[in-house]
Amino acid sequence: MTQNDASPLLRIRGLRKSFGSHTVLHGIDLDIQRGSVTVILGPSGSGKSTLLRCINHLEKPDAGFVELDGEIIGYRPVTTSQGKVRRLQELRSREITRQRARIGMVFQQFNLFPHLTVLENLVEAPVALGQASRQEAAARARELLERVGLGGREGAYPKQLSGGQQQRVAIARALALQPDLLLFDEPTSALDPELVGEVLRVIKDLALSGMSMIVVTHEIGFAREVADNVAFIDGGRVLESGRPEDVLNSAAHERTRAFLDAVL
Amino acid sequence: MSSYSDADLLEARLAAPPRPGRWLSSAITLLLAAMLVHTLLTNQRFQWGVVGQYFTSPSVMDGLELTLWLTAATMASGFALGVIVAYVRLWGSPIPRSSAFGFVWLIRSVPVLAQLLFWYELASLYPKLSFGIPFGPSFGTTDTAHLFSGELAAFVTLTLDVAAFSSEIVRGGILSVDRGQSEAAQALGLGRFRTFRRIVLPQAMPAIVPASGNLLIGTLKSTSLVSVIAVVDLLYAVQLIYNANFEVIPLLLVATLWYIILTTVLSIGQYYVERYYSRGTRGVAAVKGVDLT
Repeated sequence: MTQNDASPLLRIRGLRKSFGSHTVLHGIDLDIQRGSVTVILGPSGSGKSTLLRCINHLEKPDAGFVELDGEIIGYRPVTTSQGKVRRLQELRSREITRQRARIGMVFQQFNLFPHLTVLENLVEAPVALGQASRQEAAARARELLERVGLGGREGAYPKQLSGGQQQRVAIARALALQPDLLLFDEPTSALDPELVGEVLRVIKDLALSGMSMIVVTHEIGFAREVADNVAFIDGGRVLESGRPEDVLNSAAHERTRAFLDAVL
Repeated sequence: MSSYSDADLLEARLAAPPRPGRWLSSAITLLLAAMLVHTLLTNQRFQWGVVGQYFTSPSVMDGLELTLWLTAATMASGFALGVIVAYVRLWGSPIPRSSAFGFVWLIRSVPVLAQLLFWYELASLYPKLSFGIPFGPSFGTTDTAHLFSGELAAFVTLTLDVAAFSSEIVRGGILSVDRGQSEAAQALGLGRFRTFRRIVLPQAMPAIVPASGNLLIGTLKSTSLVSVIAVVDLLYAVQLIYNANFEVIPLLLVATLWYIILTTVLSIGQYYVERYYSRGTRGVAAVKGVDLT
């Protein structure tokens, strides 16, 4: 069911996740509005990546849920005859696959497929999911490469490109499925400093075009300029969340202020 | 600053250090090679005439044919089974996973020769084979003695052997692929099997191919074990001939030369397969002017 435009695109409620005895997420609540950019800040080990990975079910949460457009990711509610939810039944991998196609993800280490050319990297998923024929997918892939400033490099293998170019290909690849939401997991952390700008520019252009996205990053300047909403996570909890000027300039928590002082 | 003039230093030729050991070892190697050629040509007891006479004789050709098809058939079916076993061991649910482990453990523990004899002698262990519901009624019964001919026993034994060893090769190759690759594929909405076939397996191939070449050549030579159950392969074919005419050495040379020729062809094939699967990384070497191969 598609909700009206005023409802959030993504709702995260009570999300908890532990690895063994180590609790990474202590109950996360977060709303992502349609067409908005949410930047997630926080020290390393604070659970930012785990949160992103729970959103597209690469990681199974221990409790809580993620809801995209009213549809719970990875689970199907099983109800009693009175309509009360008895349990959340994990979906079959085929259905999870279909849900993941609506959520694009860009990784810190790019994770392009090194044995496929740039074009093949972009064509693989739309063809596999039956969204397009090979020709249609290739035509759309060329448009996307043009959009990220890599027109003409479609025949190259990933290792022949610079880190910044590879990350832009990875962004184009995530866009190839026409997702409703894009997740960026520290997209510029593995890049040489002079290559960070070109990647951030592409992400900013996407934001301006109205793409909904969640960006985990340490680029405070980017957060200030592009974000509609900034959330600061520490120790698996959202310590504060709000407009960038509020969180970045007059943080309520001492922990947030200490972090911002350290990274700026 | 050194005591030489910069101009002199700039003009000087850059020379490698002297390597007397290299010259000495080259000389010894050449000498040994010359001695080998000399003895092969002058020792009359090699009887190259007899070797030539039997090299393409019909019975040797028949044995060669059996060796070839047995190798090809067991490698094909064994490897297909091995990929499935590797897949189950990595991603199967608990019971299939431990069964796969048990299969590999058992097959690797028992000598191939013993397995071969087991399958061949299956009739003495289970004289009759029934088809039906386990512990329930039977629909039909057949004598196992007719079922397991020597060739079938050889095929089954070697297939299982190749499956066990290739599953470990494939599993090792898959583990060498970065986890981020399958995560990226999953995040893109690729299903589990497509991720395996299109993304993980091709990247595992550079690690799989050299070990598989080894396995293939090993299997080619393992086929010679079938002589114990009276299947006439290349080696058994020459044994049958020298049992009649007592020309042991020249006939062993016939078989040896054929094994060398086959292994050489397979090694060349392996080189090209490795080259094919290194695409994507080979390009980098070309760009940077470095030869990684």
